[in-house]
Amino acid sequence: MLRFFHQLASPKYFYNLSGRLIPWIAVACVGFLLVGLYDGLVDAPTDYQQGDSYRIIFIHVPAAWMSLFIYMVMAGAGAIGLIWHMKLAEVMVVSCAPIGAAFTFLALVTGSIWGKPMWGTWWVWDARLTSELILLFLYLGIMALNNAVEDKRTAARATSILAIVGVVNIPIIHYSVEWWNTLHQGPTVTKFDAPSIDTQMLIPLLVMAVAFKLYFVLSLLMRARVEVLQRERNTQWVRELAEQQT
Amino acid sequence: MSSSSPAAALDAENLTCIRDDRTLFSGLSFRVESGQALVVSGRNGSGKTTLLRTLSGMRMPDEGAIRWCGDDIYRLGSDYNASTAYVGHRDGNKLDLTPLENLAFVRSLGDPHPDLQPAQALATVDLAGFEDVATRNLSAGQQRRLALARLLITRAPLWILDEPFTSLDTHGIAIVEELAHNHLVNGGMLVVTSHHMVNLDSSAVIHLNLSA
Amino acid sequence: MSTAPLSHAFLILFKRDLTLAYRKRAEIVNPLLFFVLVTAMFPLGIGADPAQLRDIGPGIIWVAALLAALLSLETIFRSDFEDGSLEQLLLCPHPLSILMLAKVAAHWVTTGLPLLLVAPLLAVLLDLPEEARSTLLITLALGTPVLSLVGTIGVALTVGLRRGGMILSLLVLPLYVPVLIFAASAVTTAGAGLPVSAHLFLLTALLALAVSLSPAATAAALRISLS
Repeated sequence: MLRFFHQLASPKYFYNLSGRLIPWIAVACVGFLLVGLYDGLVDAPTDYQQGDSYRIIFIHVPAAWMSLFIYMVMAGAGAIGLIWHMKLAEVMVVSCAPIGAAFTFLALVTGSIWGKPMWGTWWVWDARLTSELILLFLYLGIMALNNAVEDKRTAARATSILAIVGVVNIPIIHYSVEWWNTLHQGPTVTKFDAPSIDTQMLIPLLVMAVAFKLYFVLSLLMRARVEVLQRERNTQWVRELAEQQT
Repeated sequence: MSSSSPAAALDAENLTCIRDDRTLFSGLSFRVESGQALVVSGRNGSGKTTLLRTLSGMRMPDEGAIRWCGDDIYRLGSDYNASTAYVGHRDGNKLDLTPLENLAFVRSLGDPHPDLQPAQALATVDLAGFEDVATRNLSAGQQRRLALARLLITRAPLWILDEPFTSLDTHGIAIVEELAHNHLVNGGMLVVTSHHMVNLDSSAVIHLNLSA
Repeated sequence: MSTAPLSHAFLILFKRDLTLAYRKRAEIVNPLLFFVLVTAMFPLGIGADPAQLRDIGPGIIWVAALLAALLSLETIFRSDFEDGSLEQLLLCPHPLSILMLAKVAAHWVTTGLPLLLVAPLLAVLLDLPEEARSTLLITLALGTPVLSLVGTIGVALTVGLRRGGMILSLLVLPLYVPVLIFAASAVTTAGAGLPVSAHLFLLTALLALAVSLSPAATAAALRISLS
């Protein structure tokens, strides 16, 4: 097991392995996506209160799950990179941030689109939307820091620290925002969490969640491969690779 | 730890440093023992400063290890820091403190030399009479000498000096060369980069050219 | 080895930074002026209806305090970085986290504590109710150290950067959200005559958490930035 990790940490091994994995993950991702979308948009019953407009949850909810999940992955990779000085973990941190930011943005946009028919306005300072907005700021801060530091390794390590600090803060932020929301409760009531969800709605939701996870892994691997090539461009194996290609 | 400890030695094993995707040096190994000086030369950008910062423990080598008396410096941690004195490109003086206050601060945070008081250290680098002037009002050469006076007030056996002669006149250079000479005679160690010829007893000097 | 004990190292650096601040005491006023000015902009921007000001006063004062803390924080390592004494701190034989705690403490005493002195004045300007004024001071006393401690991590991450200031606020402001929420709502709640002990306990908990975790994070960040 330990040897496997050691091998995996070698950029060349990672590059070759991920190259073989990517097509399979891509196929699985598209498969789950098609099934989930069909189930969610066509098969699932219409909601008795919200009509068809609720169907955006099949995008919104998995995206919101992903936004937090990716942050955890990023902070975990950051801790591994800092503790064991594993270069590949640093690459993962840097590659996670834009994907996480994209999912967070998607969750915000779909939340706001969903809110329009319910609340009559594009934006309401609902606790979950607000938390999601702050999460987006955290992601953007991480990306800004990574861009600002010139040396790539230093940048990745600084970013890792920030991600870990952020992960300690996320529960506190989340809790404080919920608390703030109950204090300043406006005329609207959040409808995001239905008390019970129909199985016919739950299954497509879970299928979509798997599809999003697969998409995350896919794009993470692709980003990480590019990042690895950039970082290792002066090494023997990347040069040989480039010669083979031409 | 006294500066004449016979086992004291600095070992570099297979050091590699990469900065901004550029390999500055790789597979670098050397050993500096008590009474010896390592003089690092090389063109601009050849990694002299990076090497010294790596040896000081501020920057991790990308590969390889640095050992002090046989132990990895990252395991030793603050024990290693207490054994080293570093003067970098930047002097490290607080300009709004007086020279005496600057030295007193360094002394109280380090492993203080039992006999030498800050005022004596100032006299040694020919700054007697400037004890109570704000450091801001000293000339660049005087500020450099103040930075070098830091070396005297702790018992650190290993001095790491990055271009110590910068902005010093011939008189200042002579003072510093004498400090270095005495330090080596007393069993200390020295790692230094310099564009000047460093005037030290040649039997005690190890040369390392990073551009070679 | 005969290096000074820990508490000693903390005090030495704390005293040095206070001495330095005292020698540049004219600069102590700057964050204060900023705090007052930003607060004074709000009535000019939204109108001087006393009832409205009273409603949003706690939020205004706290947002202004947040910005003042952030702006003054930017300088915590600047001169040490420029004159090279920061790398000397890194290399001195003491745990860097203790030294960082000393630096933050000295910085808070010279920039955060003065905010408490002018806060009553701002409370009068915005017509905060009598009961809210003491709560405002308590929240500032508990909250601004958290801002300093958390913000210093961000400063340590951006210390060598040319345009560090802008990025610093991007990194740090989202992390300030809990303090802002608990502190401002404590003042509002106190103004309504309700008990605020829950808010204050939460702020105290944040402070305890920040004191115990953030110096280590700052030290780690600084080692990375200066490597």
